[in-house]
Amino acid sequence: MGLLTVSPSPHIRSSMTTQRIMMMVILALVPSIAAGTVFFGPRALILIVFCALVAMFTELVCCALMKKDNTISDGSAMLTGILLALNLPATLPLWQAAIGCIFAIAVVKQLFGGLGCNFANPAITARIFLLLSVGSDMTSWVKPFYYLDAPAWGIFEAAGSNALDGLTGATPLATGDAGLMELFIGNVGGSIGETSALAIIIGGLFLIITKVISPATPIAYLGSLSALMFIQVLVTGGEMTEVLYALLSGGVMLGAFFMATDYVTTPITAKGKIIFGIGCGVLTFVIREFASMPEGCSFSILLMNLLTPYIDKFTRTNPVGARKPEKEATE
Amino acid sequence: MKLMNEFTKGILKENPVFVSLLGMCPTLAVTTGAFNGIGMGLSTTFVLICSNLVICLLRKVIPAQVKLPCYIVIIATFVTLIQFLLHGFVPSLYTSLGAFLELITVNCIILGRAEMFACKNGPVASVLDGAGMGLGFTLALFLMGSVREILGSGTWLGITIPGMTGHTMSLFVMPAGGFFVLGILIAVVCKLSNRKPPKKLGCAGCPNAHACSAKCEETNA
Repeated sequence: MGLLTVSPSPHIRSSMTTQRIMMMVILALVPSIAAGTVFFGPRALILIVFCALVAMFTELVCCALMKKDNTISDGSAMLTGILLALNLPATLPLWQAAIGCIFAIAVVKQLFGGLGCNFANPAITARIFLLLSVGSDMTSWVKPFYYLDAPAWGIFEAAGSNALDGLTGATPLATGDAGLMELFIGNVGGSIGETSALAIIIGGLFLIITKVISPATPIAYLGSLSALMFIQVLVTGGEMTEVLYALLSGGVMLGAFFMATDYVTTPITAKGKIIFGIGCGVLTFVIREFASMPEGCSFSILLMNLLTPYIDKFTRTNPVGARKPEKEATE
Repeated sequence: MKLMNEFTKGILKENPVFVSLLGMCPTLAVTTGAFNGIGMGLSTTFVLICSNLVICLLRKVIPAQVKLPCYIVIIATFVTLIQFLLHGFVPSLYTSLGAFLELITVNCIILGRAEMFACKNGPVASVLDGAGMGLGFTLALFLMGSVREILGSGTWLGITIPGMTGHTMSLFVMPAGGFFVLGILIAVVCKLSNRKPPKKLGCAGCPNAHACSAKCEETNA
């Protein structure tokens, strides 16, 4: 009799659950977390754990207030907290990081309906929120291994403390004087997760091999950025290493592999993903070269997030065998 | 009693900013500080009361075909008046409000009350309506200005708040912060006045329905 029972579709079920995908992404972030902890000391690790906890707590409170099912177990809040922390400088005061996490979860995600309904990436939006709100603390980068030179307990101090005098420096994207190998390994100043390109690439490849993310977006993003840099080098007559320098410095790597591949806020189709990636690359290039800010990665991803519904509409596919929908009559 | 209602409706129930969403331009632009909000609100209230009174007295004289130009001329007269007054007596406020003072002329709250209320009602009701709407506008601007000034600059009406130094978030004095605070305040006012979003968009759920002549098609929200 069991064979005759008819159930409605879908009939093919995958073992990939939301929870599992989130756990895979967190696993892929482990190399970056480790690299951040090695370069920026115990405070970086504290900040990451703190952000994850605050994000999960905010999710819990929001769900309780809105009388919705508790969604904390799907791991998305934890991932948002970790991703946000990786986008922050290691010495950011904890209360500012907490405000960022609350903003990401409560305002960007839950006010718009929770996971799957948010129009912009919560971690990116919260980073921009903090950058515009507390700009000086958000752009005070400590030098790698600063904690070896800092006085005892100085390693736990936040930005602005006397214990950190002389240990901060500008991001290599602004100064342009770091070696390529240093940039690749991550031995430069910057936010916790963005400095080590090696760790990000390991995590990114893991996600691509396990088919959690599609390689289309990172390739289109990094490809279009390098192409534009290449043209710029040809026009201005600089050295070709500038192209590599642009790819390895700043937040492009982290953005391309972990932010621009978010399921909710990026296009569904492969064609859409490529358009999204190219858009991010072009905007990043334009902001870096022609705007007053040194880094444009987060702004470019947020802008493309807003365009995602239109890209999806433009690249909509037809089911196999279906007739093309007739064009709407012009009025 | 009915006249009292004309006055109080503008403060919360039909608040021009939080319920009718009129006058967004000055609301977002000048509320970087609480004092600017009060100044802009009271200037608008003055123009609103005077123009409501004059328009309602002239409502039988103004021909329907040219009523908008006539309204604008009347409103512009009072705006010029308040502009000279502020320039003479509060020059600091005059400078910080800038072009938005002159733009009171085309403030949609004033034109809206003239079109929806003053041209249909008597002088006492019109003045009370203008005062209520103006007060509601002032309160809204003051509230927004306070939130933005405290969070963004760490001061309130120019007085430094102890403990806020070094803990300010400059986003709130930027335009993006203005939109953010406005959205949150609208949500709070909705909650306080216990309004539910309408099931169907149409005249039934519209706060301006009683004064509106157009019949809109009902659409599902």
